Amino acid sequence: MLGALHAFYTQHSALIQVGGINAILAISLYFTLATGLLSLANAAFMGIGAYTGALLTMRAHWPFPLVVLAGGVLAATTAVPLGLPVLRLRGVFLAIATIGFGEVVRIFFINWSYAGGALGIDGVPRKTTWWHIYLALVLLLFICWRLRRSRAGYAMEAIRQDEAASATMGINVTAYKVAVFVAGAFIAGIAGSLQAHLRYIVDPNDYGFSTAVDILVYAVVGGMNVFIGPVIGAALITALPDILRQFTSLGVQPGPDRALASGIVLLLVILFLPEGLVSIARFRPWRRRQTTAIATQRARAGP
Amino acid sequence: MAQQIVNGIFAGSIYALFAVGYTLVFGILDILNLAHQAVFMMAAFAALQAVLKWKWNFGPALLFATAIAGVLGILIYYIAYRPLRRRPDTYFSTLISTIAFAAILEALALRWYGARTSRFPLNTFPDHTFHIGSAAFTLLQAVIVAGALVLTLGLQALVRYTRLGKAMRAVAENERAARVLGIDVERVVLVSFAISSALGGIAGVMYGLVYNSVAPGMGHAVELKGLSVIVLGGMGSIPGAVLGGFLLGLVEVASVAQLGSNTRDAVAFIVLFAILLLRPRGLFGRRLVREV
Repeated sequence: MLGALHAFYTQHSALIQVGGINAILAISLYFTLATGLLSLANAAFMGIGAYTGALLTMRAHWPFPLVVLAGGVLAATTAVPLGLPVLRLRGVFLAIATIGFGEVVRIFFINWSYAGGALGIDGVPRKTTWWHIYLALVLLLFICWRLRRSRAGYAMEAIRQDEAASATMGINVTAYKVAVFVAGAFIAGIAGSLQAHLRYIVDPNDYGFSTAVDILVYAVVGGMNVFIGPVIGAALITALPDILRQFTSLGVQPGPDRALASGIVLLLVILFLPEGLVSIARFRPWRRRQTTAIATQRARAGP
Repeated sequence: MAQQIVNGIFAGSIYALFAVGYTLVFGILDILNLAHQAVFMMAAFAALQAVLKWKWNFGPALLFATAIAGVLGILIYYIAYRPLRRRPDTYFSTLISTIAFAAILEALALRWYGARTSRFPLNTFPDHTFHIGSAAFTLLQAVIVAGALVLTLGLQALVRYTRLGKAMRAVAENERAARVLGIDVERVVLVSFAISSALGGIAGVMYGLVYNSVAPGMGHAVELKGLSVIVLGGMGSIPGAVLGGFLLGLVEVASVAQLGSNTRDAVAFIVLFAILLLRPRGLFGRRLVREV
């Protein structure tokens, strides 16, 4: 059993590690989405974390746990002054403003000669191992799980459903919005720092709009209303090229067709499963059977 | 300096043409069609295919590409918009569905045409250079600026003076009331998608011709700059998008001249950011505050 697990891990270790990082990124977006905010700045926060981490490791020789933490902290620190004005915007305008921020950050990195300019940083020591990633992921999942039925969790859900009504009920809407935005930035920063120490390079163009969209895709495909959704989405989309590889005999080209497949999956999910793939688990027939069972039980028990 | 202004006007006319289509759909439906950039790219490839493979002249190739773009717009309407219009969060779900649509088109382009940059043959458009003072411009550039002006003014006239345009404005104002008054809302929206995409397609062909590069990812830069343009002009405002396009073109060349070429791409987004925070309705926007 353990041998089989070990064989599986050695065969798919890159996939497992990248999938874990993508899952963390997807959860970073869950915080804002669960509050009804469509922010596309998390790729930029990830970039801030990656640059912070790589530079602290290579130029300042900080210990690794501190480096990872610093990546998150710096991203979160950037998120506060950004979030205060930007979070007044609603809906699509917030999305546009955060896209704009992301591009400014990316262009800043491209022009930052201290950090290698357009080439980025090369030769970041490999320090991230799978258990770093999964420890962070499990911690995050635990926090999300505890959050869900907490005062803050209910407040987030209330803001998502009706901002004005939540404010009337005494929820400090601005404080919660900034808090989830900053929390998302912190998590994305940590993911960025972990990723930089996983794959040797930090490339400014990896933190642009298309990455922001990728993160959104993980969350949407998996489902945004349950915290486990983004993890499932990230796992599926990350594994997609490997899944496609099984069908090469049918004329599938894993490279170009990855984008095609993820586009089709995304379209199908938003059209038919707006709650994401996790909503399959709450499939109707099962529920009906359960309710009938309860009804029969009650009937047997008598009035 | 005169040359810089000419270049700015010229880049601006493509931004303007791209952005009016963007803003038309936003103005009517309050949704952001992120597949617009993919239509822009597909139209450029369609024109290229007609010129290179089928040896068509440029004129018919442009018409063909425009038609393809219009058809893609209709597909966007049927696939990515109509099934979602009853959802409570239409702006969000259509954002996702148009992103998915764009990803599919881009992947198809990659499959059909490959990742490398393709070019129009040299003699696609008669090469002739004009001089005004110290500034030089080609016949192609002149035609593009004139074409962009004619098309955007034509669109503005259509929206302002025709029956269809009136219907579009009515749907934008209040969809339910428009329906009660007997306007075929579905048809109006469908036609708007087709017109918007056709204009985006023309912009794509012009971009491909003038910068001499057609590639599956060519729409990305223009997409994000187009966002800045429509925010600058005021979301949903056609004159705003045109003016915003030209302004962005000029500001970009000015920043290259004054601050160096690295800052050019940042300018668009700093403008975007400043407008959203200081004057969210842009230059010509209608609404002051968006309701819940």
